[in-house]
Amino acid sequence: MSQDKKKVSIIVFSGQLDKLMPVGIIASGAAASGWEVNLFFTFWGLNALRKDMLEKNTVISKEFESYAPAIMDAMKKMNYPPWFELVKQAKEVGEVKVFACSTTMEMMGVKREMLPEFVDDIVGVATFLDRAEGGITLFI
Amino acid sequence: MVEVSVKPVKTVDARGMYCPGPVMETAKAIKQINVGEVLEILATDPAAKPDIEAWARRTGNEILNIEQQGDATRILIKRVK
Repeated sequence: MSQDKKKVSIIVFSGQLDKLMPVGIIASGAAASGWEVNLFFTFWGLNALRKDMLEKNTVISKEFESYAPAIMDAMKKMNYPPWFELVKQAKEVGEVKVFACSTTMEMMGVKREMLPEFVDDIVGVATFLDRAEGGITLFI
Repeated sequence: MVEVSVKPVKTVDARGMYCPGPVMETAKAIKQINVGEVLEILATDPAAKPDIEAWARRTGNEILNIEQQGDATRILIKRVK
């Protein structure tokens, strides 16, 4: 039985669904197992986090684009939750912080009120590095 | 294997859910029972057994029994802390 506190921090750069899915899955699985989780949304990841983008985002990686309808269909049949629902569930069961990158917000004209409630704070790289120190870091 | 006659106080029916569904539901449900009580999980996801075993190791809860019942895996977990 391992008691030491584990931590995973993810730089969510991509706004494509097939990359946001593992973000939701890793975040929720880690949170459920007692890991501290930090999600830092930047660039296209931040764009995908906008309230008006969450539901309507159907973009997947270019090279697999032709599979998008089949994947959407399979997820519906599996009754699989969308990635942002997994992030919300992660926050319910564990210690999960969701951060938005301030530079991207300015660059893309995203205001705080355009982001969902589950975003904890608007931060920069120093905050991310500080929070990520000593844990696993992923760039997705 | 020793017959486990422990009676679960709560059942999570995660049949038809996929990773990380069964683990998420287990993590939520364990908070709803008292230390020393037993939780029953039913799952059809093939990842449920290894994942809930890993979850239990990490969270310090005890797996009492795992058995396959047709398509479903039945897992009994005692809340330790």
